[in-house]
Amino acid sequence: MGIDRSMLDEIGISNIEELFSDVPIGVRVDGLNLPNGLSEMEVVERIQSMLGSNLTTDDCPCFCGGGVYHHFIPSAVKTIISRSEFYTSYTPYQAEISQGILQALFEYQSFIAALTGMDAVNSSNYDGATALGEAATMCHRLNGKRKFLVPEAMSWEKKSVLRNYAWGPGIEIVEYAFDTSTGELSAEDLRSKMSEEISGVYIEVPNFLGVIDSQIASIREDIKDAALVVGVNPISLGILKPPGEYGADIVIGEGQVLGSPMNLGGPLLGIFATRQEHVRKMPGRVIGLTKDVEGERAFCMTLQTREQHIRRSKATSNICTNEALMAVAAATYLALVGRDGLRKIAEVNIGKARSLMKSVGELDGFVSPVFTGYHFNEFVMKPPIEPEGLNKHLLRKSIIGGLPLDKHVPRLGGHMLLATTEVHRREDHERFLRALAEVS
Amino acid sequence: MYRQARYDRKMIFEKEGETDFAMPIQEELSDAVPKTMIRDRLEIPSLPEREVVKHYTNLSQMNFGVDNGFYPLGSCTMKYNPKYADTVSSLPAVANIHPYQAEDSIQGALQLMYELEKALCEIGGVEAVTLQPAAGAHGEFTGMLLAKAFFAHKGENRTEVVIPDTAHGTNPASAAMAGFNVTEVPSSATGCVDLDALQSAVSENTAAFMITNPNTLGIFEEDVQRIAEIVHGAGALLYYDGANLNAVMGWTNPGKMDFDIVHFNLHKTFATPHGGGGPGAGPVGVKKHIEPFLPVPRIVRKNGRFGLDYDRPDSIGKVRPFFGNFAVLVRAYSYILRMGGDGLKEASEKAVLSSNYMKEKLKGVFDLPFKDLRKHEFVISTKKLKEQKDVRALDVAKRLLDYGLHAPTIYFPSLVEEALMIEPTETETKETMDQYVDVLKKIADENPMLIRSAPHNTSARRIDEVYAAKEAILSWRSFKKKENERGDRPSEEDKGECTLCRSIVGDMDSLKKRIGRSVD
Repeated sequence: MGIDRSMLDEIGISNIEELFSDVPIGVRVDGLNLPNGLSEMEVVERIQSMLGSNLTTDDCPCFCGGGVYHHFIPSAVKTIISRSEFYTSYTPYQAEISQGILQALFEYQSFIAALTGMDAVNSSNYDGATALGEAATMCHRLNGKRKFLVPEAMSWEKKSVLRNYAWGPGIEIVEYAFDTSTGELSAEDLRSKMSEEISGVYIEVPNFLGVIDSQIASIREDIKDAALVVGVNPISLGILKPPGEYGADIVIGEGQVLGSPMNLGGPLLGIFATRQEHVRKMPGRVIGLTKDVEGERAFCMTLQTREQHIRRSKATSNICTNEALMAVAAATYLALVGRDGLRKIAEVNIGKARSLMKSVGELDGFVSPVFTGYHFNEFVMKPPIEPEGLNKHLLRKSIIGGLPLDKHVPRLGGHMLLATTEVHRREDHERFLRALAEVS
Repeated sequence: MYRQARYDRKMIFEKEGETDFAMPIQEELSDAVPKTMIRDRLEIPSLPEREVVKHYTNLSQMNFGVDNGFYPLGSCTMKYNPKYADTVSSLPAVANIHPYQAEDSIQGALQLMYELEKALCEIGGVEAVTLQPAAGAHGEFTGMLLAKAFFAHKGENRTEVVIPDTAHGTNPASAAMAGFNVTEVPSSATGCVDLDALQSAVSENTAAFMITNPNTLGIFEEDVQRIAEIVHGAGALLYYDGANLNAVMGWTNPGKMDFDIVHFNLHKTFATPHGGGGPGAGPVGVKKHIEPFLPVPRIVRKNGRFGLDYDRPDSIGKVRPFFGNFAVLVRAYSYILRMGGDGLKEASEKAVLSSNYMKEKLKGVFDLPFKDLRKHEFVISTKKLKEQKDVRALDVAKRLLDYGLHAPTIYFPSLVEEALMIEPTETETKETMDQYVDVLKKIADENPMLIRSAPHNTSARRIDEVYAAKEAILSWRSFKKKENERGDRPSEEDKGECTLCRSIVGDMDSLKKRIGRSVD
């Protein structure tokens, strides 16, 4: 540390103050009122001991989902995203020296294209919720209309983010109900909300209640000319029909499940895909396939005339820094598990949820599953006591409980959303069920 | 001589093998999903781990990061990313916690965020900070929503945001996304905000004026107090784009300069890695009068415990789910602890010294528009090279790559012709900067054909961006579709189709013949 005097001397400056002579006296401050710096050893020790009080999934099985999930991550994912050639680079403005990240991101786009059945994918949004916000504004760009339909059963956080993205362009958010018996969308209610004014319709597969809707494949008939936006859990696409096959215009989703840890909910990975004919209206950085002067295959950022640094206030989005490294993690994850592995993981998730929801339902006082539809890896149950109280009880047993639904879907007050994935062993389920039984 | 790795350009989709991934045995489900929703096929590869690791390791070797070498990309603050941050951000106590866990089970995480907010308050001279925004532009968008909420609450309908023409592109884009009409004001002859133009641009319709100080030319806006008077005089808010905060820590701060709202780029100023494009983090700081509108939850401390306060009736709600890019926040806080108050101030001083050092060394060779004294970055013009040798800033940038040096930001800000925007940061040695200066001087004297045909030593040669935009192939699926439409293989004309490429290849062949050796 310290200032290199020889640099000052060489440019004929006598002291550092001279370099700040342009900062008016009236706005100066006298240094920073922060503690002195620590050694590396002390920093690591300090952070470790501060965070030591966090309860982690290493100690407690976690039955909470609601947008972020505890999945198994093959070790090689971390190996790849720890390559500092990747993680210490920035947005590949100089394509020739950045072919590695460009190809990795193009492959991410290609994996998501294959999963979703769409042709055009961007190299990431911040997360699934902001991707939804950008999808709503893109629908408005596509058809000029200003009403956007969303499910009533959706995370309140996602609704709040969406409202903020919709505020600027003045897009009205309208909710359609769910079927209280199946947990699927209420087709009747959706149809009654449809009109010439609807810009886009958002559906989630699986939905917030964990249900895989059986009517989705024919949804296009109900929504006519409105844009169809589908929110996916990409792991479920190992077994589920790609939204491109049932008429999606835009597919978004939360990609954290593809090789990123939960990290208290960040960084996440916003998936954003669309049909080829809409590419010039889409937000975000996109990587294109091209060639260099020798005719060799190469990659570069493309369609930049949509973007903020060229188009400024007329840009399709303000996004600049995105979640590129999480996209590389997703590509690596998908390459490692492969086509059969992804289907298998999806099946294991379905199987685990099916067995757990049944077992919970067998406990006295518990209703589970509350909905009769097909489920992916989450389901709604109604415990005999308040969900908050149940979670406190579970925490005492070193179990991270589920998500109380009152705040998200007010008419499901008293209900809880539970998630289970391939990481849960039979013993974890048994331990969980024993703890539940204590309140029944 | 620098030479970047070159492997075959095969996509992972073209590789073959047997997967070795396995899941514990589980009974088969005959009816896993509704019949209408079953997938027919999934076209992704199936490879052993060994092949996947080789593929992506090879790709990483065809990439250039700060760890590889000097990366003076202006406005991006590509400082060295210390490795203790890797250690602390990947602790299980960071990675393996769920955002909906009970407050009692994440006290450590809440404490870290609480302390980081307090540190950013001191550094930014603000009274409250939200860590929620995921990136700088996301922070700007949040700031614009806060301005909107602030005026809505006051019952004022202000529809315009004013921005100088040197602003980062994200500023006007973020303001427009929040629904504001954007007015750009031209800079004065000194490269700074034109006070008269600003005075006539602001009115009772103006919600905010967004600037970065020092500005994108690296010049400190000395009239910042007058700017604040004009903006506040019109009843508008002053917004600070924190992209250039690395220039002034400990010397001044946005709060002291009378800004109302400010965003921080943790991936710039606080040394978190840029991740090949992200993740970053863009916390937003505000003065007291804006605090009620900040996103929920607010992290609060009560009786020695940390909690989450959602009961904020005037809040704008959420700008993203949960709390922000937590793993990035952990990195940034560890950096702040390591540096301490004095260390951060010294970082700014060294960043400014580095920039002025390089500027002095280069100003005889290239034009330096506007005044001499710069902060953490400076912008030179290669206009003379264009006039004398038909060599453009883009060509100089590409030629730098041949020496294993990353290019500066080019063609920005647009009021400088043939701009090279150089930001060395505080973490580079004099030797590294001297080498960069020497190479730039050498390039200025090189054969123009050699420069125009650069780069030669990178994994790919000069890239055809026009073709990429025309074809808009954004996935392997889309590539295969196009291939099928054209028949089994791409036509012969397709190779070197663009005339620009042909002429460059032609140039190179004749150059090689003339000088009788390889040009690298």
